[in-house]
Amino acid sequence: MARTSTRLRHAAITVLAWGIALWMFFPILWMFLTGFKSEPDALSTPPHFLFHPTLSSYQDVFARENYWHFATNSVVISVMATLVALLVSIPAAYAMAFLPGPRTRMTLLWMLSTRMLPSVGVLVPIYLLARATGLLDSRTGLIVIYMLTNLPITVWMLYTFFREVPVAILEAGRMDGATRWQEVTQVLMPLALPGIASTGLLSLILCWNETFWSLNLTSSIAAPLTTFIASFSSPEGLFFAKLSAASTLAVAPIMVFGWVSQKQLVRGLTFGAVK
Amino acid sequence: MATVELRNLRKTYLHEEIIKGVSLAIAEREFIVFVGPSGCGKSTLLRMIAGLEDISAGDLLIDGQRVNDTEPARRGVAMVFQSYALYPHMNVYRNMEFSLRLAGMPEAERRQRIGDVARILQLDPYLDHKPGQLSGGQRQRVAIGRAIVRNPRVFLFDEPLSNLDAALRGQMRVELASLHRRLDATTIYVTHDQVEAMTMADRIVVLDKGVVEQIGTPLELYHRPRNLFVARFMGSPPMNLLPATINAHDPDGTMQVRTETLSVSIPTQQGGLEVGAPATLGIRPEHIRIDPQGAVQGMVEVSERLGAVTLLHVRLPDGQMIVVQTGGDNTDSADTPICMTFEEEHCHLFDADGMALARSTDHPLLAGA
Ligand SMILES: Nc1ncnc2c1ncn2[C@@H]1O[C@H](COP(=O)(O)OP(=O)(O)O)[C@@H](O)[C@H]1O
Ligand SMILES: [Mg+2]
Repeated sequence: MARTSTRLRHAAITVLAWGIALWMFFPILWMFLTGFKSEPDALSTPPHFLFHPTLSSYQDVFARENYWHFATNSVVISVMATLVALLVSIPAAYAMAFLPGPRTRMTLLWMLSTRMLPSVGVLVPIYLLARATGLLDSRTGLIVIYMLTNLPITVWMLYTFFREVPVAILEAGRMDGATRWQEVTQVLMPLALPGIASTGLLSLILCWNETFWSLNLTSSIAAPLTTFIASFSSPEGLFFAKLSAASTLAVAPIMVFGWVSQKQLVRGLTFGAVK
Repeated sequence: MATVELRNLRKTYLHEEIIKGVSLAIAEREFIVFVGPSGCGKSTLLRMIAGLEDISAGDLLIDGQRVNDTEPARRGVAMVFQSYALYPHMNVYRNMEFSLRLAGMPEAERRQRIGDVARILQLDPYLDHKPGQLSGGQRQRVAIGRAIVRNPRVFLFDEPLSNLDAALRGQMRVELASLHRRLDATTIYVTHDQVEAMTMADRIVVLDKGVVEQIGTPLELYHRPRNLFVARFMGSPPMNLLPATINAHDPDGTMQVRTETLSVSIPTQQGGLEVGAPATLGIRPEHIRIDPQGAVQGMVEVSERLGAVTLLHVRLPDGQMIVVQTGGDNTDSADTPICMTFEEEHCHLFDADGMALARSTDHPLLAGA
């Protein structure tokens, strides 16, 4: 009796989970399907689930814009911003986790609080700074901005992961003759590798999806895929099929990437709570 | 092998002094045990010697050289941590190899050394296992092996056996003692377990609240505790302590001591306590004899039969409880009235400040010490 009811409960939970997953996935599925419709099909109400798939939107998209140019920018900017962020935040998190001072906790909280500031609030000063330093419409400019805006998150995440590493193991390394550099690179980093990987992944995704600064600080040379999508939206009215095709092209790489590294991501997003 | 000297070492965290001036000279090959209750500063002192904690004041000398500001690895000390602190991402071989690799030792020599150590510690079959695949005892051995391969001048152990079960602990105690004989290394060993201290040490340092209470051989501490703290801490079951007063004072220094229920005369050196002064009488359980003619009466409350010996928990007429150790064949059970004799030559006398009074006769085992 009891067994039947638990089985029923499991079934209910499974159905619910699938329901929620489909509900969340639906917009992406719809976008994907719309990309293969003709423009009239894409606009029709009620929407057509059955239609003649066509590649014409993709052909149009590729004909009008150089997808690879934007994609390369996205990859270069995301990867570089992530690498630099890790390079800066690993030592920072090490110091905070293992050599904490009386103000370490306050510093961490303060850093996180800067994430709560709406970006538009600093648009003018950042824009002027970028213009003055010649970083408008340059990859370097976006790399610097992305790196800086993600630092609070990467430092905080690495800090939580590092805190899980027993101090005695690092001390054993010190006793064995490791310099600070060797202690970090040969003892701490291999131990915290899953955490470092999750942090890097999250940073990559955040950089890839960032829209505000890319729209405001780049136009053509350094424009990443988010501006590529935007270029298909407003000026010519609503071309849903082309917009969907462009969006699919823009999110596809990061979706494949995220799917491949799913396990790491879950660990990262639960901030190391799952061991 | 090396000598280690602590000169008035102090450690202050923020405004709290944790180590309050510890001085100690450790000879080559000596096995020194720091013992004391939890939180007394044993680990802190050990970590100061290791170089993992700064020394706030005082000097630390290894082989006569001041090493206060020397990097841990340069001090030539190796440490075995309570939690073992093995590198989880490296197999047993790599764990032991790490320090040698950092020191730039050639591959062939590393292989040779690790092979030797693995043989001594019976770790050969596990060299390619990760620490996570090993049992507690095996991890303990790897931690020891990691310390030994470096060929350090001084070994430091911080409660290395406290994570093992009782049987394994007893076995590892013997192994460590024989390892020490074999390696002849100067060793400093921290424990809160006075049995470990008694069984392994050449000399014991008893610490309390960052202060050295007494330094001596196990038997010195056992038979001549300098004060009440050491008397209570060393020995299991602990020494019986009874409030007493000085009744009379013989010209030769012998004190007539009276408690509520008994009186004994204890041979102490002259110039001790005034007549009427409060004091504490101490006697170990094995120095109370069951004796039908004995002057001290009591009632057995609990009888603990350990096989080889029996411990009688006896209530004296004034309500005080004492423990008496008798032979394993003792048949007295609860509620049996018994008579006892306190062996006067083994009684201890402490003044109101808890300091032991010097005796005029020495313990036979300690003569000349
Ligand atoms: N990093 C630290 N900051 C402040 N107090 C500490 C620190 N480490 C240890 N202490 C204090 O020092 C005292 C001694 O600690 P410890 O040496 O670990 O004792 P033991 O090893 O004898 O149990 C304890 O009261 C502990 O609270
Ligand atoms: Mg300790």
